[in-house]
Amino acid sequence: MERVPSPGASRFREASIAGTWLWLGLFALLPNLVLLLVAFLDRDTVGFFIPSLTLDNFRELFAPVFLGVLWDSIRLALCSTLVCLLAAYPFAYALAKAGPRLRPWLLLLVIIPFWTNSLIRTYALILMIGAQGLVNKCALGLGLIGAPLELMYTDFAVFAGMTYTFLPFMILPLYASIEKLDPGLADAAKDLGAGSLRTFWHSTLPLTLPGVVAGCILVFLPSLGSFYIPEILGGATNMLLGTFIKNQFLVAKNWPLGAASSSVLTLLLVLLAVLYRFTSQRAAGGYNAPLNARRDGE
Amino acid sequence: MGAWSKRLYIFLVYCFFYLPLLAMFLYSFNAAKYTTAWGGFSLKWYAALLRNNGLLDAALNSFLVAVCAASLATLLGGLAAVCLKRYSFPGRRALFIGILLLTVSPDIVMGISFLILFIACSVQLGFLTLLVAHTALCAPFVAVTVLARLEEFDEYLIEAARDLGASEAKALLHVLLPLSAPAVAAGWLLSFTLSMDDVLISTFVTGPSFEVLPVRIYSMVRLGVKPDVNALSAIMFALTLSLVLLAQVITQLRRK
Repeated sequence: MERVPSPGASRFREASIAGTWLWLGLFALLPNLVLLLVAFLDRDTVGFFIPSLTLDNFRELFAPVFLGVLWDSIRLALCSTLVCLLAAYPFAYALAKAGPRLRPWLLLLVIIPFWTNSLIRTYALILMIGAQGLVNKCALGLGLIGAPLELMYTDFAVFAGMTYTFLPFMILPLYASIEKLDPGLADAAKDLGAGSLRTFWHSTLPLTLPGVVAGCILVFLPSLGSFYIPEILGGATNMLLGTFIKNQFLVAKNWPLGAASSSVLTLLLVLLAVLYRFTSQRAAGGYNAPLNARRDGE
Repeated sequence: MGAWSKRLYIFLVYCFFYLPLLAMFLYSFNAAKYTTAWGGFSLKWYAALLRNNGLLDAALNSFLVAVCAASLATLLGGLAAVCLKRYSFPGRRALFIGILLLTVSPDIVMGISFLILFIACSVQLGFLTLLVAHTALCAPFVAVTVLARLEEFDEYLIEAARDLGASEAKALLHVLLPLSAPAVAAGWLLSFTLSMDDVLISTFVTGPSFEVLPVRIYSMVRLGVKPDVNALSAIMFALTLSLVLLAQVITQLRRK
């Protein structure tokens, strides 16, 4: 339908478009540009940074100290992302196939932890895995172990904390993409003689890959950046990326180095976003569209 | 997977989610000072919270910021959703991708970038800086929520209103706003929750003169398990729970 814009329409239109651009420019683009700029500046103990350009901060990212922090962080974040994915996929699948009356309730039970303060959920985990926690009490009571397990302040505790905190962030995007699946596709694959595994590998998984990537973004990036999980559960054993960045700003007062090290997170976000776009185009174009076109033609 | 093993698996995942929260909730009523044993039912830790003036001030500050930030974010996010749905203009796609990216961009990066911006502009850290940063945090979520709702309904309703002589702003106010009200309300509630819960950004953009609840809770939590922290966490969880339920009721009721 052709719209004939009247003067009133265009005024509101211009104002709202300008407002939205202004918002994105001032609240997103500008802060990030300033952050990028500071990453190229020299540190200053009094004024946080001084206006002289340098690449030293990025050079420091290749020093053993930072590489060690980065390696520990990425290892833990990858482990928790992988475990979240493996645990969440069958769960989201079962949820998407649940009866229509039960499904909203089951979904609500995932949405609640999704919105609950991650800090509080991390804290609640201490009550489970602490020396006096329920896990130890139950295991001791059942005679499974002789002495309480030292779970807290280990890499395992941090890994458990990330998995516990971010599992709902993996389930919800997976659920959204599985729910959209056309059940006819799986039936068609079965009719053509594919086993369950082949159907999953060649039809279900490629079509739900956008959900997989979205879930990985929502688990992997916060696992790297959320400093409170390792600080609460891991003690001071290993410093991870989030704490490193925070310390540069609040403790060491080396803002340029903090800004440069945060670029790792931004870079990963861009890479994952590109991967998301690639998989969703493939899922929409390579598989779905031809089938839909054929069905529409009949 | 068999039907029973599937049910068992779903059940176990929910146990994983809710057992720690349940434990926290139960221990908040424990009269004993240490969580090693049950010392009988007591509300004394809740009473202790009410006597803690610093904590109450922080809670009030957080509430103020959350209400203002959620309202601003709803305005900005709602306008952005209308723009993206109704108008075509150069850069529309870039705007949409930008908003999507903002919903997944790491909070810590947002926190430090705002800190640098505020210091570079010599703005004193406090209520205003928190308000700006939290609005920036929440607005993309509102935009996505409202946009999802707008995708569902009929464009011609607005055209009809326009044909009958309503101005664009009037048509949006009287036709589009009531139709998208559930999503707008849900967006506001979720923004409020996000702002009340945010530690990662608040840590950077608030000053010593303006303490907020999540940062205060964080400094308490770092000292380990304490019964009063259990009580405070239980209250925060109950608050989130009721807001999420309210948001769900609002969006589900209207859909039927």
